[in-house]
Parts: sequence; C-alpha cells; structure tokens
Amino acid sequence: MVDKLNHDGSIIAVEHVNFFYGTFKALTDIHMLFKKNAVTALIGPSGCGKSTLLRLLNRMNDLIDGTRVEGRVYFEGLNMYDPNIDPVEIRKKIGMVFQKPNPFPKSIYNNIVYGPKLTGMNNKNDLNALVEKTLKQSVLWDEVKDILDQSALRLSGGQQQRLCIARALAMNPDVLLMDEPTSALDPISTAKIEELIDELKTDYTIIIVTHNMQQAARVSDETGFFYLGKLIEYNETKKIFTKPDLKQTEDYITGRFG
Amino acid sequence: MTRTTKEKIIKAVFFVIAATSVIILGMIVISLFREAVPIFRVASIKDFIFGNEWYPTYDPPSFGIWPLIVGSLIVTLCSTVIAVPIGVLSAIYISELANPFLKEILKPIIELLAGLPSVVLGFFGMVVLAPWLQETFDLPTGLNIVNASLMLSLMAIPTISSISEDALYAVPQEFKEASYALGATKYETIVRVIVPAALSGISTAVILGMARAIGETMVVLMVAGGAAAIPDSLFDSVRPMPASIAAEMGETPFGSNHYHALFGIAVVLFFLTLAFNLVADYIANKYKQTGSATL
Ligand SMILES: Nc1ncnc2c1ncn2[C@@H]1O[C@H](COP(=O)(O)OP(=O)(O)OP(=O)(O)O)[C@@H](O)[C@H]1O
Ligand SMILES: [Mg+2]
Repeated sequence: MVDKLNHDGSIIAVEHVNFFYGTFKALTDIHMLFKKNAVTALIGPSGCGKSTLLRLLNRMNDLIDGTRVEGRVYFEGLNMYDPNIDPVEIRKKIGMVFQKPNPFPKSIYNNIVYGPKLTGMNNKNDLNALVEKTLKQSVLWDEVKDILDQSALRLSGGQQQRLCIARALAMNPDVLLMDEPTSALDPISTAKIEELIDELKTDYTIIIVTHNMQQAARVSDETGFFYLGKLIEYNETKKIFTKPDLKQTEDYITGRFG
Repeated sequence: MTRTTKEKIIKAVFFVIAATSVIILGMIVISLFREAVPIFRVASIKDFIFGNEWYPTYDPPSFGIWPLIVGSLIVTLCSTVIAVPIGVLSAIYISELANPFLKEILKPIIELLAGLPSVVLGFFGMVVLAPWLQETFDLPTGLNIVNASLMLSLMAIPTISSISEDALYAVPQEFKEASYALGATKYETIVRVIVPAALSGISTAVILGMARAIGETMVVLMVAGGAAAIPDSLFDSVRPMPASIAAEMGETPFGSNHYHALFGIAVVLFFLTLAFNLVADYIANKYKQTGSATL
C-alpha cells in the first residue's frame, strides 16, 4: 500500500524531510506545501540546499550514490518515496530544467521528441505539432524553425536553455522544477522566460530556484527563504518582499547578508 | 632568458622529437616499398594481389597472394564478429551497470588480457583449443579459422572494451541527468543517450580492435594452420599475411624474388592497417565536430 494523504490545494507536500549526502546533512526538517498552479520561488544564499530540495522533488537525488532521505514527500497525495513508487513515473510527471543548459547531442527536433517517444508517442504529425507547440511556448520557434535538424549543441547558451524548457514541456508534466533557469541568459531571453513562466502557471505548477530577487518578486506567488539547509520563512511573495516576518529574511532580500 | 625565447626553445624541442618519429616512420615505409618494388617486375600488381596461387619456392614460382589476403580478412572478420559484442557490452556493463566492487575486479581482468603475450594465446590455442576442436567436430586439424578467430578475438576484446569504456565514461553526466529527468529508465538512457553519444569512440575502438587482429602475427602463425588456399569452410586452415611473412622470411635468400614478394605482402598489409586507422580517424572526427547531431 502506498501511503496516501490529502493536502488541500497543494500538489506537493514535503513533510519533515531531512536529506543527507553521506553523513552531511544538507536539509533539516523541511516542511512545505507547494500550491497547485502557482509559482513558488526558492531563494537563499549559495549552498543552502535549494538545488538539493528541488532534486528531491523528482527523485533526481536517487541518482547520487550515498544519499538518504528521511521524512515524506507527497505528490498528489501519494508518498513519492514509498518503496512501491517507481521514480521513473514520478519524473515523467515532474519535469526539470537544470541550471546549466544540457541539451542532448542530437538535433533540435530529436531533443524535444526524446521524452514523448519514450512514452510510445510515434505519430509523425503529432510529434511535429508537439515540437512546434513547445518551441513556441518557450519562445524559440522563430529562431530555429528552419534548422530543426541541426545539432542542438550549436545553439547559443540562451537558446539551449529555452530548448531544454521546451523539452521538459513536451512531456506535459504537472510540475516544472527550474533550477536557476535564467542564470546563463541575457536580459531579453530572461524576460522571455519570465513571461513564459507567467503563462505556464495556468496549466502547470512551477517551482523555481533563483538568486535574482527581482525575478522572484516578479514571477512567483509564494517564496521560501532557505539558510543552511533550513526553511527560514515561507510566505506569499508579496509579504516576503514587503513585510517579512523575520528580520533574517529581510536582511537577505535587501542584500544585507548572504 | 625571456619567456618568449624559452617558449620558442620548448616548442623547437618538441618539434624535433615529433619530427624524429615521423622521419623514422617515413624511412621504414620507404624501405618497405623499395624492397617490394622488384617483385612487380616479375608479377604484375594484379597477378600479385589477385593471383590464387602462392607457390613462391616452386619452379617456376607463382606469387599470387589472394589466398593470404582472404585468410587475413576472414580471421579478422570472424574475430571482430566475436569480439565486438563482447567488448562493447562489457564496456557498457563496466562503465554504467556494475557496482563499484565488480568494476574494480573486472577492469584489471580485462587489462590483464590485453597484457597477455600473444605467444601465450597461440600456445593455448595450439595445445588446448586445437585438440578439443579436432575431437569435437571430427576435423583433420584443429588449427583453423575458428581457432585463430577465437584467439584473435581474445586479443581484440581488451582493445575494444577499454577504448569503448573511455568513450562511455566521457559522456557528460548532464546528458544522463537530462535523460533521467525526462522519465527515461536506465536502460533507455544507455541505449538512446549514452551509447549514441559515445558512438564515435566505440567505432574507433572497433576499428582499432580489427587493426590489432589483422596485424597480429604470432597467434595466426601458431593456430591458423598455414594452408595458403582459399578456405571453403570455417574449419579450414588459412595462412594470413603476417603468418606468411614470419614463417617464410627466415628461409628466403636475401634479394630473391620470394624475398621481395614478402615485402610486397608487407606493403599490402601496411595499406590495409592504414585504411583501418584512417577510417577510425574519420569516424572520430566526423562526430566530434557536429556533436553527433543526427544520432
Ligand atoms: N553531490 C553532492 N555530494 C555531496 N554534497 C553535496 C552534493 N551536492 C550538494 N552538496 C552539498 O549540499 C549543500 C547544498 O547544496 P545545493 O547544491 O543544494 O545548494 P544551492 O542552494 O543550490 O546552492 P547554489 O545557489 O550555489 O546552487 C552544499 O553544502 C553542497 O556542498
Ligand atoms: Mg543550486
């Protein structure tokens, strides 16, 4: 039996999670609900465990030897760390965009259809339509529509990142995890991606790690502030950026420490 | 001494060292050709390469090396067919699937195989495999294509395995993560991302393994049987080119037609291995530059 729980309005619920890399405790007693169809930003100084938490949410940390999770993480009411749950199925529903663009050394087209093909989608017309749709969503279509057969590695860093977003969207996930998706991008691409996040929010739940305070303020509905592996404050973004409950949060946001 | 002069000197030293090896190689090739040329006054290039009769000591002699070429190609091909799946799959297993403990055991074993002197393999083929083959399949001799191919594949496996493994190991972690994050299983990731990304290295490994097999002398000298005739079956004996050169060079009068013919064989062998290496190089470069876009 997979252990089940109901958390109203939230798609992911993290309950008292501790996370270890070997003996190093990277996350301490994290307790957090992620709202459905909302954008949640994770902020905090470097090394505080934001990426670790993000990777915990689609079981990517399983791939690192010697890691250990304590506590429970519910996805749509099911404990995703239950031994009966297949991480592969979780990752199909919870997509991820990495900090460093990582397209496959394949053509642009094949990058996008990689995931859908794994799920058995093989109709050429459907795939073509999907490629066009996701590339338009990630505002890359106009730049690459004539070079879909070209290697994705020849795109610029910003284009590669938007391709990676399109690739994640092609799986039509419920949740999209984004780890500093714009840290390698110019202001124009960044603006495009922020716009995209805003649009995606109607269909997807987005959890985004960012070091850019303005970005967190602009795109997110909720913000969690982390420090040294602990969730310090978790509130509505508006509140965090105007009247945070804690002095520590305010100091970080205004740049007085971190 | 300024930094630029120092760098110039270092550069010059390296150039001389590099040039020396190129020059020596060039001289070997030139002498190879010079010694081979006289045979083509006796036999035309066409008769030499495609002639079916290798009777260098008869009167009149006949210098057709086609049976030797066929012998070389067939043992190379058969050993490749055996060695490629084993070599590539073991590389995949070691680099992607084996737990660290098994990895620590398997890697040295394969490397040990690479270090095995070919005469040891030849000896094994002669005293163990040959009698077994002879008895089991009721053959006139156990020294034949099958035996030579098996022994050669043992030599090619470590080459193929270790170069393939390097290629697989060099596939960036990011590609694997990207694949897993899209809901791919380990098997799907290996087949669709890791192996394609390493394909140029794996192809290079295969071709270098083949080059190793075609140039190998001791094993084929000991276990291929030595019959200079075109084989009808895989249980026939053959006389691959290196075996012919090694067996006959010692008893050939210096400067005789037979002597020049053996150099002619060496030239053919030289072009064959050169071709293998060029192909390996071509494949390695082709995919490197375009990031194997079409795979
Ligand atoms: N694979 C790993 N093995 C061991 N320790 C790790 C590993 N990855 C991260 N850590 C450690 O876990 C802690 C949290 O790392 P994490 O990458 O989650 O930080 P982060 O908040 O994302 O930082 P940044 O903003 O710099 O990306 C750090 O102290 C880091 O050293
Ligand atoms: Mg990070």
